[in-house]
Amino acid sequence: MVGPLSNIHEYLWLILAFPLAGVVLNGIIALVAERPLLLPADDHGHDDHGHGGHGDEHGAHHETPGYRKLVAFIAPAMIFAAFVVALLSVIQLAQMPAESRTVVQTLFTWIQSGGLSVSVALQLDPLSSVMILVVTGVGFLIHVYSVGYMSHEPAFARFFFYLNLFMFSMLTLVLGSSYLLMFVGWEGVGLCSYLLIGFWYEKDSASTAGKKAFVVNRVGDFGFLLAMFLVFWNFGTLNYTDVMARIPALQHSGILTAGLATAITLLMFVGATGKSAQIPLYIWLPDAMEGPTPVSALIHAATMVTAGVYMVARSNALFMLAPFTMGTVAVIGAATAIFAASMGICQKDIKRVLAYSTVSQLGYMFLACGVGAFTAGVFHLMTHAFFKALLFLGSGSVIHAMSGEQDMMKMGSLRKHTPITFYTMFIGTLAIAGIPGLAGFFSKDEILWKAYSSSHGSPVLWAVAAVAAGTTAFYMFRLIFLTFFGASRIDKEVEKHVHESPFSMTIPLMVLAVLSICGGWIGVPAALGGLNHFEKWLEPIFEGGHKAAAVATEALSHGATAAVHGAAAHHDPMEFILMGASVAVALFGIAIAYYLYMVRPEKPAKIAEANPNLYRLVYNKYFVDELYEWLIIRRIVNGSVWLWQMFDVQFIDAMVNGVAKTVRSAGDETRKIQTGVVGNYAFSILLGAVFIVGYLIWR
Amino acid sequence: MTASPNLMSNLLTILIFLPLAGAFALFFLPKENGRAIKHFTLLVTLVEFLLSIPVLTNFDGATAAMQFTQKFAWIPQFGISYNVGVDGISLWLLMLTTFIMPIAVLSTYAAIEKHVKEFMIFMLLLEVGMVGVFLAIDLFLFYIFWELVLIPMYFLIGVWGGERRIYAAVKFFIYTFLGSVLMLVAILALYFYNYKVTGVYTTELSALYNLNIPVKMQFWMFLAFGLAFAFKVPMFPFHTWLPDAHVEAPTAGSVILAAVLLKMGTYGFLRLAMPLFPVATFDLMPFVTALAVIGIIYGALVAMVQKDIKKLVAYSSVSHLGFVMLGLFALNIEGIEGGILQMINHGISTGALFLGVGIIYERSHTRQIADFGGIAKIVPLFTLIFMIVTFSSIGLPGMNGFVGEFLIMLGAFKTSQTATVFAASGVILAAVYMLWMAQRVLFGKLTNAHKLHLTDMNLREIAYMAPLVLFIFWIGIYPQPFLRKMDASVNAFVVQIHAKRQAAIAATPAGETLLARYFDVRK
Amino acid sequence: MMEPSAYLILSGILFAIGAVGVVARKNALIILMSVELMLNGVNVAFVAVGSYLGDPTGGIFAFMVMTVAAAEAAVGLSILIAIYRLKETIDITELSVLKW
Repeated sequence: MVGPLSNIHEYLWLILAFPLAGVVLNGIIALVAERPLLLPADDHGHDDHGHGGHGDEHGAHHETPGYRKLVAFIAPAMIFAAFVVALLSVIQLAQMPAESRTVVQTLFTWIQSGGLSVSVALQLDPLSSVMILVVTGVGFLIHVYSVGYMSHEPAFARFFFYLNLFMFSMLTLVLGSSYLLMFVGWEGVGLCSYLLIGFWYEKDSASTAGKKAFVVNRVGDFGFLLAMFLVFWNFGTLNYTDVMARIPALQHSGILTAGLATAITLLMFVGATGKSAQIPLYIWLPDAMEGPTPVSALIHAATMVTAGVYMVARSNALFMLAPFTMGTVAVIGAATAIFAASMGICQKDIKRVLAYSTVSQLGYMFLACGVGAFTAGVFHLMTHAFFKALLFLGSGSVIHAMSGEQDMMKMGSLRKHTPITFYTMFIGTLAIAGIPGLAGFFSKDEILWKAYSSSHGSPVLWAVAAVAAGTTAFYMFRLIFLTFFGASRIDKEVEKHVHESPFSMTIPLMVLAVLSICGGWIGVPAALGGLNHFEKWLEPIFEGGHKAAAVATEALSHGATAAVHGAAAHHDPMEFILMGASVAVALFGIAIAYYLYMVRPEKPAKIAEANPNLYRLVYNKYFVDELYEWLIIRRIVNGSVWLWQMFDVQFIDAMVNGVAKTVRSAGDETRKIQTGVVGNYAFSILLGAVFIVGYLIWR
Repeated sequence: MTASPNLMSNLLTILIFLPLAGAFALFFLPKENGRAIKHFTLLVTLVEFLLSIPVLTNFDGATAAMQFTQKFAWIPQFGISYNVGVDGISLWLLMLTTFIMPIAVLSTYAAIEKHVKEFMIFMLLLEVGMVGVFLAIDLFLFYIFWELVLIPMYFLIGVWGGERRIYAAVKFFIYTFLGSVLMLVAILALYFYNYKVTGVYTTELSALYNLNIPVKMQFWMFLAFGLAFAFKVPMFPFHTWLPDAHVEAPTAGSVILAAVLLKMGTYGFLRLAMPLFPVATFDLMPFVTALAVIGIIYGALVAMVQKDIKKLVAYSSVSHLGFVMLGLFALNIEGIEGGILQMINHGISTGALFLGVGIIYERSHTRQIADFGGIAKIVPLFTLIFMIVTFSSIGLPGMNGFVGEFLIMLGAFKTSQTATVFAASGVILAAVYMLWMAQRVLFGKLTNAHKLHLTDMNLREIAYMAPLVLFIFWIGIYPQPFLRKMDASVNAFVVQIHAKRQAAIAATPAGETLLARYFDVRK
Repeated sequence: MMEPSAYLILSGILFAIGAVGVVARKNALIILMSVELMLNGVNVAFVAVGSYLGDPTGGIFAFMVMTVAAAEAAVGLSILIAIYRLKETIDITELSVLKW
């Protein structure tokens, strides 16, 4: 590297600036060129300040207007530029010595008040570098895909405006150097999620789902906010590096007790359950499928929903100090993994299956974090981003081919019509099912192994995760079989138009398919003869946590560090046994799917008929939404109406009006003194005079 | 600034009396020419705003002292003087007032058709009062301006309001006047107490600040002052005048009411009640904080189930002002700076919300949420701006509301963790009621299109919304200039109030309880 | 110089008669006359105390009261005439439009 680029880390801000430029440009285009086109025809007359968008109004539906071409170029190009900068930065980071791989670029002071001083600063370190590469890389592919997928959408520029805004927010989230900046990105992605889920706002279900996502996320943010306050008042800072650096001192001074660490981390985890759709706040994610499919792929599978995992990994030093939180995270993760997987079994909507699958996979990541295997969690985050983005985009391609149909019961035999989509999706399915050699296998197996072997793990966690893995294999193959194999159940009208998607959509699929295969190879565990570059790369981030934990349990300090390094050094034969077991479970799941949906396709309906109640329960997602509605929402709304009607109107206002009425009726009574007869007045004057004179005389 | 020192020293006085001169001049304009009257008023408020800019630019953020002070003996026999000045606490409220006025005037161009001249005269008189309240540093002068605000607002609601305007206007007047009277009594008590101690009759604030008022007296005086301000803020449970006043007031009235008038209450706490009676402030802090938190949650819950958009926004004000009070009574720098900033934020965001409601009301003549639905389709620009304002009100990072709320909760967390936990739940509820409203009004199927006669925003409306949107992002992204100007004043405030409290604690016998201190209850 | 008590008693009696007239009578004309009586009762007191103290102020005040009384009588009577033309009565119990 030569010339001005000799230190690419000076240009870290470009990673944010490019998407931001895209936001501004697409925003202007959306406002200037697109807005007039979107108004209903009879309303154009009133538009007294159209910005020259009227000119090409009539050509809108015949040929691609210039502004759309511009948007289609700007949006992906900006993300690509960000990707290039990110890649160069990470390469340079890799050339630095491992222990100094933390680069902070401070841009300007954001909020400063009293003891608080938060700068807008970007932090590049091994963890955030993984995140920015995944976000910009997968993000770029999805942008390219979206150009094709959204080509019939009138609000084209608005879509990319939101999408770029999302990229900007997500990159702020992962690059920010403090919890507050993470929160900025955290809320920013929440906003974009809201906007994009409700993108087709005329659909009531879409705008409701968007609102639901935002509100549920806010419940999580509540925890995040409080965690930040606790961190600030105990650490005196919100910067990651400072917080981490102060942990040992605070441990010594006795401020940072296990209790405090538990409080902070539990509150953070509340935030994570919201953003990353874990029990009990997962309910928004399936509904989020109302958004356009690329959005589901980008936000609700590959990037945004993993923010919670990123947060836990980022705060690993604190989590390691709180065994109770670790246990909670692990249990919630495992429970979510199996719970969501079971809900995926009988969904009919192709995207909903994937949504539950995402929830389930996120559960795995938290399970990993909960047992202290942060590397495995982040590793799975990365591979999951590849294969789940692939699966979602594939499902988008299917939906595109099916003219918008999402019900798998009305698909079948699509393999012939859409070969590229089929093969790429099949690779993605193999990856998620955990077939050896593909990306998902390495990351998932790492998690399973750690769930069993880690000092925080247990065989029960392993068993739950393994069953969830089998279930995953089952429902994913069910999806593949129902969609691509068997007899066609496609509507005759629709079938005429079934076609493979354009290259702008299939090329991202192919790239992601390759990544779904190779993506795991950088983290091949030592047990399989790999070098596990990934773990080495992230080591500087997570050793702080192990150290802190070691200080906390001083007696075990030697043992703990030994265990950490020991896991990498020698191979427990158990690791191979469990690996084989999990592969066997996955194959078993696939076999059942094959039997039920290929060999005896009439069977599933019969099973459902035989257990109507169980089927209804699972199909309706265990009625959790209804439970929340009945238990919480209904109560709050009714309570509020009561407060308003009874307390405000009937009590406070009645009191105020009561005072007014009392005064008025008192006046009503006293005015009767006014008889209108002059004599009476004269008499009272006289009486008064006598009284005063009498008082003056006899006082 | 090439302005002469002469102008500088008279600047605040000019700011106070320019609108008065404008109102006087309006008398001589023919009342038939409504357009000219509106233009003239707009001009006056704009000039006022331009004149207030030198105050901002020449303001020295490094000192806590009053700046641009000017003092004349007014009623020397009673020690009353005309005494004005500005410090880091009042600076932004002054700016907010001068900034919001032209916007409010501009918003009346289409809305006010009858009695334009009188309307504008009242608007200008209102500005005199508001600017005066924020600039007065003499207790008596403060009271005069405080009361002066009441009258024009009463007429704005009562004459140009909606159907139940008389009820709302009277309720507004009685509520706030009741508070004012209590304050007047306390002012007199303070005045005579000061005479008793120092032998000098004075109403000058700087002199009164130095008094060491007995704690028992502080308690009752704080209650009297506090009640007056609590009515104005309004704090739960004194808030019920606000929804009525807001719903009935014309758009411009609602905007000023929300943006500036409510801030007079919180400003009153900061300028008078807290520094004058520091011990009582600390002792009553738990109660005020509790009321603030109840207000936050209560306002949000009740806002959620409103059917009228304006009423919803009004209740949201109760919630937001609860945040401000929470911040002020955190009694640390973070909380108070957050509180002051949130006053500005609320002025901008809620002002903009009312303007937005006004824009669609002018066209459709309805404010019922149920009458709308899916209008994003026909008014995309309005939707964009309304959503920006909505999210600013929700407190989305990157917009103004977040910076204020974050600082408030950060500060409050140090003082009372429980209160902050409850307050933070208000953040969730804010998203619920605002987004639910936005969804029902803007999104979904377009149902009533022809009944509503909606058209997108016109240039004039863009012109007055654009500056608000600009500040929403400016404060959100780069709040430094705003926070730095208040630093010294807030710092001095916090140091002083804590020092006085320490002194009071040192003088208190050990083990004295609140009841013992204030009610002579002995164990 | 004699003691003013006799004059003051006279003054008191005049005032009392006037006051009773004002309160008890219904004819507005009589009431006006009673008012005159009260005023003159006061005048007597003024003059008597004035001359007792050798202070002319008392006398001056009496003249003052007389002019005011004259003016009052003029205005009062004209109002009465106006009322009579309008209502054809000067009975104050019937002139109670101010009631409530």
